Amino acid sequence: MSLSVAFVALLAGVVVWGLLARRLTAKSWETPGSRDDVEAEGAVSLPPAKVGLWILLAVITSLFGLFISAYWMRMEHAHGDWSPLAVPRLLWLNTALLILSSAGMQGARAAARRAQPDRVRLALIVAGVLALAFLAGQLVAWRQLSASGHFVASSPASAFFYLLTGVHGLHLLGGLLVWGKTVVRMAHPGVELLDVALSVELCTVYWHYLLLVWLALFALLLST
Amino acid sequence: MAYVAIADRDHALHDPQTFITKYIWSQDHKVIAIQYAITAIGIGLVALGMSVLMRLQLGFPHFFSLIVPNNYYQFITMHGMIMVIYLLTALFLGGFGNYLIPLMCGARDMVFPYMNMISYWVYLVAVLVLVAAFFVPGGPTGAGWTLYPPQAVLPGTPGASWGIILMLLSLAIFIVAFTMGGLNYVTTVLQARCRGMTLLRMPLSVWGIFMATVLGLLAFPALLVSAVMMTLDSVLGTSFFLPAVVSMGQPPTHSGGSPLLFQHLFWFFGHPEVYIVALPAFGIVSDLLSTHARRHIFGYRMMVWAILAIGCLSFVVWAHHMYVSGMNPYFGFFFATTTLIIAVPTAIKVYNWVLTLWRGDIHLTVPMLFAIGFIFTFINGGLTGLFLGNVTVDVPLSATYFVVAHFHMVMGVSPILVVFGAIYHWYPKITGRMLNDTLGRIHFWLTFLGTYAIYLPMHYLGILGVPRRYYAFGGTNFIPPSAEWANTAITISALFVAAVQMVFLFNLIWSLSKGKPAGSNPWRATTLEWQTPDTPPKHGNWGAKLPVVYRWAYDYSVPGAKEDFIPQNQPVDARTPPGREHGIKS
Repeated sequence: MSLSVAFVALLAGVVVWGLLARRLTAKSWETPGSRDDVEAEGAVSLPPAKVGLWILLAVITSLFGLFISAYWMRMEHAHGDWSPLAVPRLLWLNTALLILSSAGMQGARAAARRAQPDRVRLALIVAGVLALAFLAGQLVAWRQLSASGHFVASSPASAFFYLLTGVHGLHLLGGLLVWGKTVVRMAHPGVELLDVALSVELCTVYWHYLLLVWLALFALLLST
Repeated sequence: MAYVAIADRDHALHDPQTFITKYIWSQDHKVIAIQYAITAIGIGLVALGMSVLMRLQLGFPHFFSLIVPNNYYQFITMHGMIMVIYLLTALFLGGFGNYLIPLMCGARDMVFPYMNMISYWVYLVAVLVLVAAFFVPGGPTGAGWTLYPPQAVLPGTPGASWGIILMLLSLAIFIVAFTMGGLNYVTTVLQARCRGMTLLRMPLSVWGIFMATVLGLLAFPALLVSAVMMTLDSVLGTSFFLPAVVSMGQPPTHSGGSPLLFQHLFWFFGHPEVYIVALPAFGIVSDLLSTHARRHIFGYRMMVWAILAIGCLSFVVWAHHMYVSGMNPYFGFFFATTTLIIAVPTAIKVYNWVLTLWRGDIHLTVPMLFAIGFIFTFINGGLTGLFLGNVTVDVPLSATYFVVAHFHMVMGVSPILVVFGAIYHWYPKITGRMLNDTLGRIHFWLTFLGTYAIYLPMHYLGILGVPRRYYAFGGTNFIPPSAEWANTAITISALFVAAVQMVFLFNLIWSLSKGKPAGSNPWRATTLEWQTPDTPPKHGNWGAKLPVVYRWAYDYSVPGAKEDFIPQNQPVDARTPPGREHGIKS
């Protein structure tokens, strides 16, 4: 465990260094620059909201990574206390819904690139409704589990099931808030597609990311 | 250059008009910084008061009966948690980070001002929830600031019913606030620097705050995970952390949980937290030393790399807080090794600070006194860290006052000295007036010497084997009577140091109206925040035009230059040549 953490840290360090090496080896005390020199340096030219989102995704990755390592360590430390949980089969359907939702988002983004506002609107709404259906499906899965006698405190596996699906669902809900704002703005007559294109793109990135997280969590729940 | 466009986007700034939008519900990073700072200092004073009560109990166990054992544990817990998170983290990142990042990078504001404002108000809610714990049945939690289960949620620990829930809730809220602020700080540094401000032209304060924020963003989720899981254990009866415990004769309600899992999660946050507090202090102290020694910082690039190296290494040393948890010896060996490795970049920084002073034109101003005091204290505290980083030395010392002395020196006194130095340094920019110099010198000397009178004897108590965490000592033959006298002396010093801080508070308030007008650049410093058209800077910071940066942040005493400092935004000409040799008086 500790060695793998060290390895990941090392790898991350190498990657960061590779990205920044040129900028972090400048001898800034010897190279005073006029405006022209400085402009040649070149900065990352991305909208701040996009950079902010990617940093947020790093934070959420840290959060889910730690939840998953807590899951593994709780299993390791269980000393015979761990009993596997049969995951409701409904989750397969839910997974399909989430994949479709993500595809819908991708459609909206592609339509925004081709400047087709009507198709953006349609794809956006379909994607959001599918995401809501996924959340409803997760709630039904919770009901099925509790109906079969698996409550939060029944066993560590079921506690983790509720915890992981719940945290993932909360993140999707947060995404749906931004989605709702975007839909409202799209519904406004006379909206310029350019104004909402960034929101659509950021929603798409977030949706794909949450799909990946869900696939990882689902694989974890299925395999243990 | 897209980032310039971003920084200059709000060209026609819609200035806030009413009192409320200007000073309370404000999106201006400077106002938010002051709000953060005042709240943090306010709650810090509460923690200071609790330490006074604890010291009275320890120093005069037979004279005062102000607090009972339960209070003692509650105060230990709240004192630690408040000082580390709600004071130091919030003050360095929410306070100084908010104030300095846009000004030092040459931006008009943070890139997400609205989120920045919400960040403060959510932080305030976290503080209020924390304080609310004093007024619920059972009072605040007394589990120790590490909140180790199972004892944190078992009956018999003070605040096991309400206090612990409020503590965990408050931490979760704080993490939300920090994440909103942190996204801002990182994105602003990456995307909103003004033209010419390359990464290696940023002042070290910005580097330190930037890296500390990155650490916080990646480490605080570990605390959130442990807080959520412990809340579920306590409220819904899950068994993430709680093993089967027969408590107060009741049959066990949990089974199979792992207290060790909590410790791993907590310290995976807890160790980076040390550097979340230390790195901004490192950065700020570098700028204070350079400015007041009129000399460029020695080894600037190495200082940046050291900050990055410390940041990365801080994620692989966490288990050195857990040597007494019965871990595998190979595990302990690994963490002892990484702990000693992290001392290397830290030592590089200390050497570079000392070499910055070497042959500098040292002005012993109040900020400089605090900066030099920091170097002394940090070396002292850091050296005992080398002792405790080794498993064989840590095991016998772990439960004694030696540890208390170590972490108060390295993580309490050192960063607080930097906080004071930084306030004396930037107060003129924030308010337009100087702090009183005489009061400042009194404050420095009494605080600096007073803290040594508190913590040096504690090392000795620790080596005697006096256990920490005890409300009172009795029936222990190995503790000689001299330990009790030492405790009395420590308490007297602590009361003294606490009282001296009132001089500082008085100075802060008095100088607001009576201080000497400062002008825009009283320390004759090079960095951008001193080059603003107005002092204090107005909304939007730079007037009509953003600054352009032509040189690094440390052009002090350049040979041939007219003045002994060249601001970063001064263009290059024949009379202000750059050069390797600056700062060395011949």
